[in-house]
Amino acid sequence: MKSQPATRKPFGVMVHKEIADQIRSWRFAVLIALILLTFIASMYVSLSNIKSATGNTNDPDRIFLYLKLLTITDNSIPPFHVFLSFLAPLLGISLGFDAVNSEQNNGTLIRLMAQPLYRDNLLLAKFASAMVIVSSLFVALALLMIGGGLILTGVRIEPEEFLRILGFIALTIAYVAFWLSLSITLSVRFKQAATSALVAIGIWLFFTIFYQIVINLIIKSIIPDPNFLSQAQVMYYNELILNLSRIAPNQLYTDGITTLLMPSVRSLGPITMEQMAGAIPSPLPFKESLMIVWPQVSGLLASTIACFALAYYLFMRREIRG
Amino acid sequence: MSSPIISLKGLTKHYGSLKAVDDLNLDVQKAEIFGLLGPNGAGKTTSILMMLGLTEPSSGTAHVCGYNATSNPIAVKKKVGYMPDNLGFYDQMSALENLVYIGRLNGLAETKGKARAIELLELLGLKDVMHKKTGTFSRGMKQRLGLADVLIKEPEVIILDEPTLGIDPAGVKDFLALIKQLSKQQGLTVLLSSHHLHQVQQVCDRVGIFVNGKLLAQGNIDTLSQSLFGTDAFVTTINLTQAVPQPWPLETELKQFDALKKIMIHDQEIEFTCSREFTAPLVRFLVEKGYDILGVHQKSYGLDEIYQKYFESNSINQTKP
Repeated sequence: MKSQPATRKPFGVMVHKEIADQIRSWRFAVLIALILLTFIASMYVSLSNIKSATGNTNDPDRIFLYLKLLTITDNSIPPFHVFLSFLAPLLGISLGFDAVNSEQNNGTLIRLMAQPLYRDNLLLAKFASAMVIVSSLFVALALLMIGGGLILTGVRIEPEEFLRILGFIALTIAYVAFWLSLSITLSVRFKQAATSALVAIGIWLFFTIFYQIVINLIIKSIIPDPNFLSQAQVMYYNELILNLSRIAPNQLYTDGITTLLMPSVRSLGPITMEQMAGAIPSPLPFKESLMIVWPQVSGLLASTIACFALAYYLFMRREIRG
Repeated sequence: MSSPIISLKGLTKHYGSLKAVDDLNLDVQKAEIFGLLGPNGAGKTTSILMMLGLTEPSSGTAHVCGYNATSNPIAVKKKVGYMPDNLGFYDQMSALENLVYIGRLNGLAETKGKARAIELLELLGLKDVMHKKTGTFSRGMKQRLGLADVLIKEPEVIILDEPTLGIDPAGVKDFLALIKQLSKQQGLTVLLSSHHLHQVQQVCDRVGIFVNGKLLAQGNIDTLSQSLFGTDAFVTTINLTQAVPQPWPLETELKQFDALKKIMIHDQEIEFTCSREFTAPLVRFLVEKGYDILGVHQKSYGLDEIYQKYFESNSINQTKP
């Protein structure tokens, strides 16, 4: 308590410096170019297909023009939100993989630690600065898209749509935060920046490509023949597979944004015929969609915090030598 | 005597079974330059890290400026400037930016910090290069920038870990002179660790000899050499124009002096071993006896010999299990 004013200040100074460093770095320029390119390409494709999409009377989501802009494609390239599920981990990893170890290798870490600041402020500043950058980037992109859409189509944006897009942005930021805190943890754990980058990319590849395969293999070996199962048991195994696959953060993210950007999505698991009976294929209100993705959001936030806590644990009592 | 500014009591640090620092007791007074001397791996850096609270001692306490360094490191770090042995700067930033950053982390306002940084860079002769990126700096320049970096927080104590590492001899001389001057001008307490004996000898008020985690001896160089070499501490060699006959008739006369312990004669050179400083009476004596003196050399024991002696005794101890 007593040293509060003195410790707040160094934190602000560090965040300031970290942001300046990130923005001036080449790697950030490359990433921004990559994301802008994806954004422009997918916007171009969706804008050229928007007419047919909003005219499709079989689609209950057709009235949400701006959500359509983010999700439709003519299958030549993936839509923006799918692109993001690939790019966001890359963004998080590249902003954090050398956060602590490069400082240590340059000999700046010990010099920094000899200043009157709390150790955790360093981790926190690294995390906060990257989050500030990522958040402003995505908010800017979303506003750009909305503004561009307004000018090009002249269609008014519904408050509901706006909220959904904000939710999508918030979820994306949380997703980047997860990968960022994971890569910061690895940067504390591994002395070489290259090692920590490789491990982070390895984890990412494992979750995006191999995790699904591994689950299928395991389930196939333990599941009984479906022909002898009751419907309840089939449901149970289905649920099990889904829940296992939801350990992967990318699955959580995909579930979350799909529900937010496609208002007609009612459930992320299997639905029985009884549940479907009487349901009108119409979009859900924003609040209901949010309720559906809430577990996913909490899961993502929890993994982010767990990674960050691990980074603290590894860093706080470590001896730092020059 | 005022209370010491650095006070280490029973400081011990284990790394597994290895004792890096073993029961270190050390007091450093205000405005003193203390040299921590020892070979590589003696535990100097570990001791320094414990003084700054950067690593936790296994037992014992370290008090710096009246604060416990382990439980209250922030207060210590406010008063202590530390220059690590392999110091690095943010290569993509200029010297000035690096300094201002550290200044701001210490609570200096941007404008005040900048003014002070420029002042320090001028003092250390880096004013011309202050807008250059530190990635282009030579080792000597980095070392001087490191000193500026330490001084910007206006410390009471500065701790320099191997400050002369990797600088050329001329640079070392300037650097140490600068440290000494700063210490005298601003009443700074300086603790510097080194394995370079001569350099430390030039500037330190007191030294401590640190081998294998133990502080073997401390004191100023005179007391150290006195305690080590005892009666043999003063050796004077006198060269004469003519060879000294053997046996030397004057030898019995010289033996009258109680300070004189031993005389060794090699042709034209006589080596006197004395228990105290005794060169002048010897010269006067020889001149009175009609000898022509070509040269007089008074050998004083420096840290080299002290160091050597400690290593000898240390290696003897080690061979005995």
